[in-house]
Amino acid sequence: MIQTIAFYLFATLVIASGAITILARNPVHSVLWLILAFFNAAGLMVLVGAEFIAMLLVIVYVGAVAVLFLFVVMMLDIDFAELRAGFVRNFPLGMLVALVLLAEIVLGIGAYRAGALQLGTPDGSAATGIGVSNIEAIGALLYGRYLFLFEAAGIILLVAMIGAIVLTHRQRGDTRGQNISRQIARRPGDATINARPEVGKGVTL
Amino acid sequence: MIGIEHYVVVSSILFVLGVLGIFLNRKNVIVILMAIELILLAVNINLVAFSAFLQDLTGQIFAMFVLTVAAGEAAIGLAILVIYFRGRGTIAVDDVNRMKG
Repeated sequence: MIQTIAFYLFATLVIASGAITILARNPVHSVLWLILAFFNAAGLMVLVGAEFIAMLLVIVYVGAVAVLFLFVVMMLDIDFAELRAGFVRNFPLGMLVALVLLAEIVLGIGAYRAGALQLGTPDGSAATGIGVSNIEAIGALLYGRYLFLFEAAGIILLVAMIGAIVLTHRQRGDTRGQNISRQIARRPGDATINARPEVGKGVTL
Repeated sequence: MIGIEHYVVVSSILFVLGVLGIFLNRKNVIVILMAIELILLAVNINLVAFSAFLQDLTGQIFAMFVLTVAAGEAAIGLAILVIYFRGRGTIAVDDVNRMKG
């Protein structure tokens, strides 16, 4: 019973906040509603026992991606009213596409309920063992059977990071940067002078 | 009783909302990127729900990879957005095709 209530709560909230995300006037509000949507999606995943993915969703999205969005939205000084000019004009076409997509998916679900296609059964090699926690099972799979895919995911992240840095980095002429080779090549003899000033000279008062 | 159908319905509604968001906010790239995140979230909910339904953890592993790609995509997309704004002073994507040089 409590699961049913929780499911409907999370499902309603995730759909409502998703809708407000795309309809909100202010992109900052959009980002905040997106965060709520991700939290509730994480709740939906916890309900089916996928707690690792749920926590990952909260950490990666709320901790990184949403903050990135907020940062960009607030950094760019944009007239958002002008950007919404085509909203009413695009509304009928957008609704049409959305309704066609929704109808297709509802048709698919209805067909599934009438009788599922048998696409083979899982061989059990990736099933959670008895008494094994979700995180333990995922870890065993991730570092065993899917190790190379895992490494590939790491490379994708590295490429994305380098790409983002290269794209946004710019050389500015008016800053004094650090010249490392000059620093290293500098010897004590160049930097200090041994002077022997006469008494009364050497200082300017 | 909550079944797999309920999860599929929720994720399909979320997916459609994401597509609708792309169509409605044709000019605002930031909201378009957020709509893409919604679409990927719908895919993730689907993967996790079917993974629980079939008692097969592969779906959850793939949800993680989808998450990875989504994070990379958001970073690259926002970086492109920042340099586009720097050069043009606006983020209206109507005339983005001028970016091809």
